[in-house]
Amino acid sequence: MNEERGVRRFFRLTGRWAIEARRALADGTTWRPQLFPQMRRLGVDSVPVALFLAVFTGMVLALLSSYMFTRAIPLYFVGTLVTKAVMLELGPVLTGMALAGRVGANIAAELGTMRVTEQVDALETLAISPHAYLVTPRVIAATLMFPVVTAMAMAIGVLSGWFTAVNLLDLSSGEFLRGAQQFYKFKDIWFGLVKSASFGTAVATLGCFQGLNTHGGAEGVGRSTTRAVVLGCQAILVLDAFWALVLL
Amino acid sequence: MIAFEGVSKRFGDRVVLDGFSLEVPEGETTVLMGHSGSGKSVALKHIVGLIEPDAGHVVVDDEVVDQLPYEELMRLRGRIGYVFQFAALFDSLSIRENLALGLRRQGLDPETIAARVAESLRLVELSGAEERYPAELSGGMRKRVGIARAIALRPRYILYDEPTTGLDPVTTAAMDDLMVRARQELGATSVVVTHDLRSAFAVADRVAFLDEGRIRQVGSVREIQETTDPLVRGFIEGRPPAGGGGHR
Repeated sequence: MNEERGVRRFFRLTGRWAIEARRALADGTTWRPQLFPQMRRLGVDSVPVALFLAVFTGMVLALLSSYMFTRAIPLYFVGTLVTKAVMLELGPVLTGMALAGRVGANIAAELGTMRVTEQVDALETLAISPHAYLVTPRVIAATLMFPVVTAMAMAIGVLSGWFTAVNLLDLSSGEFLRGAQQFYKFKDIWFGLVKSASFGTAVATLGCFQGLNTHGGAEGVGRSTTRAVVLGCQAILVLDAFWALVLL
Repeated sequence: MIAFEGVSKRFGDRVVLDGFSLEVPEGETTVLMGHSGSGKSVALKHIVGLIEPDAGHVVVDDEVVDQLPYEELMRLRGRIGYVFQFAALFDSLSIRENLALGLRRQGLDPETIAARVAESLRLVELSGAEERYPAELSGGMRKRVGIARAIALRPRYILYDEPTTGLDPVTTAAMDDLMVRARQELGATSVVVTHDLRSAFAVADRVAFLDEGRIRQVGSVREIQETTDPLVRGFIEGRPPAGGGGHR
């Protein structure tokens, strides 16, 4: 009985959100002015944490692969593994996870606070749709900026792997590059970027959903924020598997 | 005119409004009074469609609020100013932007918006506060900005939700004066939710007393002050209801 009610509620809420989203997208005069500030907040401000992660990912990948490739496999394959792993998987997924924490929590906490302090109601009484003013610019900004941040993380991850290989392993720049080019396909890049755009959409949508459905004061805001991060990370893993099945 | 026609609303097992009916005459100030939890604020939110009734209707200007299409509801909200209990100012916006947001929605040109903002702030005696942020204002100032945001829209109706809660007696008197002036200068029909007796009697043309989700008594200030209804009398004199009944 409870499950049936839960399923009904899920479909009712999803349906309502779909209608609101369509209406909000058409209301460009409301969301367009918010778009660039949100791109800066959700994207540009997230660059340091993503790059920090990428530096250490590239470094550890290079060290791990050199450890695995002793004897049987030529060491220049370090370049292959670092490049492939960073572009196809670790760049998009680890950046997505880091941003799910930063962006998802930020959105859910902000919108949740606005909900419990009646600021969302105030928007509605001013005849401004919260979906157009709050949700749409955040979702579009995250969808556009996650791939940008991920692209930067990919570049830094590969550079960090190269730097580690050249300085800490018995590998030259030429050998690393040879390995990197060996199995390179253009798809390696766009596959990672398409994935990260879908991660951005999911993380921002879940953050907004949790934030706008917050109840119960400060405790409720905390609950929504935690749920937004957990669901955001889960969504990233599910989407990661989905894209691997569909695009690879 | 605003009319509640047998409005019922429950949240879970808790009945908040139970066949609530009331007419709010044009150009007057009607005060909704009652114990905490008697459904006053919930009734107010029905007027702008923030809450939909489970049964019955709220009619504003011959339009049934819960049956209005989205665009019509937005238009109706444009005719109603809403003053929230804790002001519900947008934290991230300056006072000027708080006031201008709803005006931009009405499609006014920048000069008219600037003039309206200045005039509304003058009316609440906060001229010069345009560039300040809500966090920099005292509770009383925030409430006055909340009123300024509502009256800037030149609304036909103004709804006040506990406008004097948490204010000292002097600030409360100033708020009462402000509500009276807003009605006189704009000719707006007002509904005030409060359990502050002094404030209610200072601003009201009519007082409606709510109990257990329905109207217990409606009358002029004098009629309410001289009531023989034991529950209303007890409320005015600050006595708990006999037998513990009467309020939740």
